[in-house]
Amino acid sequence: MAKIISLKEAIHEYVKDGSVIAMEGFTHLIPFAAGHEIIRQRKKNLTLIRMTPDLIYDQMIGAGCASKLIFSWGGNPGVGSLHRFRDAVQSGWPVPLKIEEHGHADMASRYQAGASGMPFAVLRGYIGSDLPKYNSNIKSVTCPFTGEKLAATPAINPDVTVIHAQKADKKGNILIQGIIGVQKEAVLASKIAIVTVEEIVDDLNAPVNACVLPHWVVTAVCVVPGGAHPSYAHGYYERDNVFCRNWDLIGREREKFQEWIDKHIYGTADFSEFKKSIQGEL
Amino acid sequence: MSELSYTPNEMMTVTAARNLKNGDVCFVGIGLPSAASNLARLIHAPEVVLIYESGTIGAKPHVLPLSIGDGELAETADTVVSVPEIFRYWLQGGRVKVGFLGAAQIDRFANINTTVIGPYENPKVRLPGAGGAPEIASSAQEVWIILKQSLRTFVSKLDFMTSAGHLTGGDSREKSGARGKGPTKVITDMGILEPDPMTKELVLTHIHPGVNVEDVKKATGWELKISPDLKVTTVPTAHELEVLRILNSNTAKKHGAVVTGD
Repeated sequence: MAKIISLKEAIHEYVKDGSVIAMEGFTHLIPFAAGHEIIRQRKKNLTLIRMTPDLIYDQMIGAGCASKLIFSWGGNPGVGSLHRFRDAVQSGWPVPLKIEEHGHADMASRYQAGASGMPFAVLRGYIGSDLPKYNSNIKSVTCPFTGEKLAATPAINPDVTVIHAQKADKKGNILIQGIIGVQKEAVLASKIAIVTVEEIVDDLNAPVNACVLPHWVVTAVCVVPGGAHPSYAHGYYERDNVFCRNWDLIGREREKFQEWIDKHIYGTADFSEFKKSIQGEL
Repeated sequence: MSELSYTPNEMMTVTAARNLKNGDVCFVGIGLPSAASNLARLIHAPEVVLIYESGTIGAKPHVLPLSIGDGELAETADTVVSVPEIFRYWLQGGRVKVGFLGAAQIDRFANINTTVIGPYENPKVRLPGAGGAPEIASSAQEVWIILKQSLRTFVSKLDFMTSAGHLTGGDSREKSGARGKGPTKVITDMGILEPDPMTKELVLTHIHPGVNVEDVKKATGWELKISPDLKVTTVPTAHELEVLRILNSNTAKKHGAVVTGD
């Protein structure tokens, strides 16, 4: 049965300096509160995995939590670039960041392989692409039945996967609704799974075939209402596009970013204080 | 008859939209492809099936999504599947007729770059990266690419090859093991380019009204071939413009910004 504990405890107990961490949520249900808590606890030298390292990893990279990023699309959706990510890659600020770049289908398949206990993923996508030249984790394999040459990439098995979901019940069974992304695979591929939720309910009332993660594959459940902000939680709140646009200005300069992180993340005890802290600022 | 006034961007979007047919299954990239395919859906192709890589199949958004995983897409979709499933069963399974992509750079064989401008290790501009494009480019039955035409975007050599078009031309794609026909249309703000059936080099086959061939050549980083049968596209109708503008204005109201994917 999953432990129901505070986010502070969960990050403290399971995220270690140097850990390999996947935080998933495909533009929906992005676990921002957990990202903030990792920054607050000044975790270092993490390998961060995420298909779309948007604002959440921009913040963590800018705060110096990461030494490596494994990803397939890095931008601020509908807005532009991730300035902290670029600064770390191009100028090594605040610490150098190695990157390992894949495509979406590849990352999704790598999580599937990880969840299935298989060693690698196969796909066609890299035919003609320059990506394998710069990424030694994209190799090839020949199909023993047809002789077709296919791309092969290693399974992803993070030390810790963190996701955000709408609901848990008291045992820690999790219900995810709407765009479900790659969260189930990321959780099942990982040794430890931390799930932040909007609320804990008596009964999930999950329809048959709903995306439910049984409590026994979840390590810790933390109640963090609004914990996906500024992304959205289907059925709870919408995406905060104003925040995402303003992030472009905050993230653009080191000083401004530092000021923002100092005040709103280091300067707050938890996500509910953070939410009060940014009220009226953005 | 008084001439309608429209922007090159509108001409490009309307042209792209006209190419989609009712019932087509289209895997849609964010930005310009999404604008064009939704315009098609609202005008002449109500039964077009729009698939976004976030797992939404049959999305019918009222406003253009800002991100590929906006809630609007899920709420209006016929079904929402996981990201691994959308790539595995629906894209790699060969169920997508048109893969519709944008790009930062394109070469004469319609290979595209969405990764970096400049050297990979020390880029001048770091772009978002591959996303779903490499798999779309090698799995869809055909691929359309929409982008503005200039010397910056139509280059003789890509800074980085992210996704395969016709590789080095001729039968190189066929031999490579990639599925599908590859890029069949490149739609720009100046016209439409299509690959020569034999060499697979892009040829200007349609030009937008008011654009002259010399200008298109000047906006192309290689010696552009012009079809002997060059056609002129039709100006947007009042109805097309009206629907596109309402879509853009509703989008702006919802997101606080126009999402054209520029």
